[in-house]
Amino acid sequence: MEIKNLSASVEGKEILKGVDLKVSGGEIHALMGPNGAGKSTLGNVLIGHPNYVITGGSITLDGKDLTNATPEERAKAGLFLAFQSPVAVVGVKISSFLRAAYKQLHPDDNIKLQEFYDMVKKELRRVGLDESFLSRSVNDGFSGGERKRFEIVQMMILKPKIVILDEIDSGLDVDALKLVAEEIKEYHSDSVGFLIITHYQRILKDIKPEFVHVLMDGRVIRNGDHELSDRIEEEGYEFIRGA
Amino acid sequence: MEVEYSKEEEMERLLEDLRKSSVRKEDWEFHDNLKPVYSTGIGLNKSVVEEISEIKKEPDWMRRFRLKALEIFLSKPMPTWGPDLSGIDWENTNYYNRPDDVKSRSWDEVPDQIKDTFTKLGIPEMEQKYLAGSVAQYDSEGVYHNLKKVWEDKGVLFMDLDSAVKEHPDLVKNYFCRAVPATDNKFAALNGAVWSGGSFLYVPKGVRIDMPLQTYFRMNGEATGQFEHTIVVADEGSKVHYIEGCTAPRWDRDSLHSAIVEIYAHKNSEARYTSVQNWSKSVYNMPTKRAWVDENAKMEWVGGSLGSKVTMLYPSSYLRGRNASTHNLNISLAGPGTVKDTGAKAIHLAPNTSSRIVAKSISIEDGKAIYRGLLRMNKGAVHSKSHVQCDALLINDESQSFTYPHDEIYEPTATFGHEATVGKIGTEELAYMRSRGLSEDEASSMIVLGFLDDVMKEIPMEFAVEMNRLIKLEMGKLGSVG
Ligand SMILES: Nc1ncnc2c1ncn2[C@@H]1O[C@H](COP(=O)(O)OP(=O)(O)O)[C@@H](O)[C@H]1O
Ligand SMILES: [Mg+2]
Repeated sequence: MEIKNLSASVEGKEILKGVDLKVSGGEIHALMGPNGAGKSTLGNVLIGHPNYVITGGSITLDGKDLTNATPEERAKAGLFLAFQSPVAVVGVKISSFLRAAYKQLHPDDNIKLQEFYDMVKKELRRVGLDESFLSRSVNDGFSGGERKRFEIVQMMILKPKIVILDEIDSGLDVDALKLVAEEIKEYHSDSVGFLIITHYQRILKDIKPEFVHVLMDGRVIRNGDHELSDRIEEEGYEFIRGA
Repeated sequence: MEVEYSKEEEMERLLEDLRKSSVRKEDWEFHDNLKPVYSTGIGLNKSVVEEISEIKKEPDWMRRFRLKALEIFLSKPMPTWGPDLSGIDWENTNYYNRPDDVKSRSWDEVPDQIKDTFTKLGIPEMEQKYLAGSVAQYDSEGVYHNLKKVWEDKGVLFMDLDSAVKEHPDLVKNYFCRAVPATDNKFAALNGAVWSGGSFLYVPKGVRIDMPLQTYFRMNGEATGQFEHTIVVADEGSKVHYIEGCTAPRWDRDSLHSAIVEIYAHKNSEARYTSVQNWSKSVYNMPTKRAWVDENAKMEWVGGSLGSKVTMLYPSSYLRGRNASTHNLNISLAGPGTVKDTGAKAIHLAPNTSSRIVAKSISIEDGKAIYRGLLRMNKGAVHSKSHVQCDALLINDESQSFTYPHDEIYEPTATFGHEATVGKIGTEELAYMRSRGLSEDEASSMIVLGFLDDVMKEIPMEFAVEMNRLIKLEMGKLGSVG
């Protein structure tokens, strides 16, 4: 996925002011930055959230221009965002939701309903959710941590090519974080690229990113590796601002 | 679990169908150029009421009843506790329109233009396939009624109320306006004064009809009123399912529909009343519907309010005998610019009675869905139970719903509970689902069907499909369906 000089606004306010970023299959990137820097905005812009308006630049994936694509087209192209605060969809059961989504994203796979549900149940168990979640409404009445775990379940089931994880570690206790990190590592392969959004280090202890970027004031102003994230951990963002 | 799977598969098929469906609301909003053979003209006064009675060659008791009801109507103030009714143009409304002089038992004898209308709406076909009997009303008069012979032989009566007044006066007199007296409310009084048409259904003791009977109401005229009066009597130990459907074309000037429905569920009987209201957005819909439920009898109300400009409707069950029970399911759709002030009343008058009320409302844009309910447990209704569930679905970020439950509990051993949920098809919900690959259409359909899921078994499948189609249509008009 290649993001070139991307700018975007929300409610008339310009938040992204020319973001450049490239994530390829097999790579793990960390996107850091202080609160309000525009990290979640980037995630939402990438998946085509209708509240966010792209005002310049481009997004391409596998050579396909997605800048003006609908959210569902982007999903079909292989983009996936684990939301920072996933919304509840009252009345829509996880079972039918995932089934419908899977059919859209993998139309050629004629997996039987029963087999599919068994697969979902397995994934639910792996992140520590009871299989009874299958018949619950999407995120309805879930705790913060349960919502995050369910985002990971969706990643495992829907098999995207580019995975954006927005603060996936927030709301998770130590044990849950471990399970989630295991899943991410399990899913990581040569054909999957990760963009892990976080404003602090916790998850990066488990999953070592090869690339670290710092987003501030709507631009990526620093690129580096784990040394950069280590320094941020120790000193905060001040040294970058100062530079 | 297997059962669950097949249900999900059914849901998948339904979603498929929905994607393909293309019927538009315009399909029933057409209007005919039919000129009525008789009309009282606009306005309402004593002579109009006398004229109606005269045309119908009614017995004197009915004429006197009408005049008394007119007095009550004129003396009662407009209800001010609910939606704005100032748009009702009393003076320019046409209170009686007779489309033709026939009351036929065969579709072949129904005048072509009227028959074509009902054929377009699929009525004769439905009758053949699913119904034990059928009545069709066009503007003020029933034009067709038929009942399968097996039921006729068992003593079942099913015809328009005007015919019943003539053919079975004593039976009608026994029930007419006992559950809903003209003094009940202004609109019931109006109906009393100018009522015309409606159905009379009588099911004798022990007769259990397994197929539903249906009346279809079509209002064609502009700025007209339809004031039918329907009476369903389930005698002891009988069983009946009565269905009503209604549509009207869309006009510039508003029409008024103010019906009375009275249901008498005698001892040990089971009565079910289903209505699907699909009036156009130029209709004020103000019916009064009430059931008297005797010992051990079961009453079920199933209602779908899809259309109209303003609807005020609170089907009521008076639980008069020990172990009487009522179940009330209402689904309201408040499209843009419309108001649905709907709910239910359960009046517990005897021991061990039970009521269950499920109200589901959907509001689109500035459409207003209001639940207004009354639960009364009289002293002596020992160990009676009630449960009220109100679910709202908001289709836009700015949609709103309101609930006004009202409880009057005078019996200490009675128990009751309320539950409420609110779901939404807002930007965030749609964005979330779409980011997983679902189209906006599919996402909203899933939310709507999910919303109706727990009542799917109780409503006709076509109704759910229809409902979903209307929502899609309204959303399409707003330009939100991509
Ligand atoms: N939907 C929205 N409506 C209005 N302002 C928004 C919206 N989303 C983000 N913003 C604003 O954009 C800025 C960046 O927010 P966000 O992307 O959430 O930051 P981060 O994720 O880096 O903490 C903030 O000032 C925030 O208030
Ligand atoms: Mg954020």
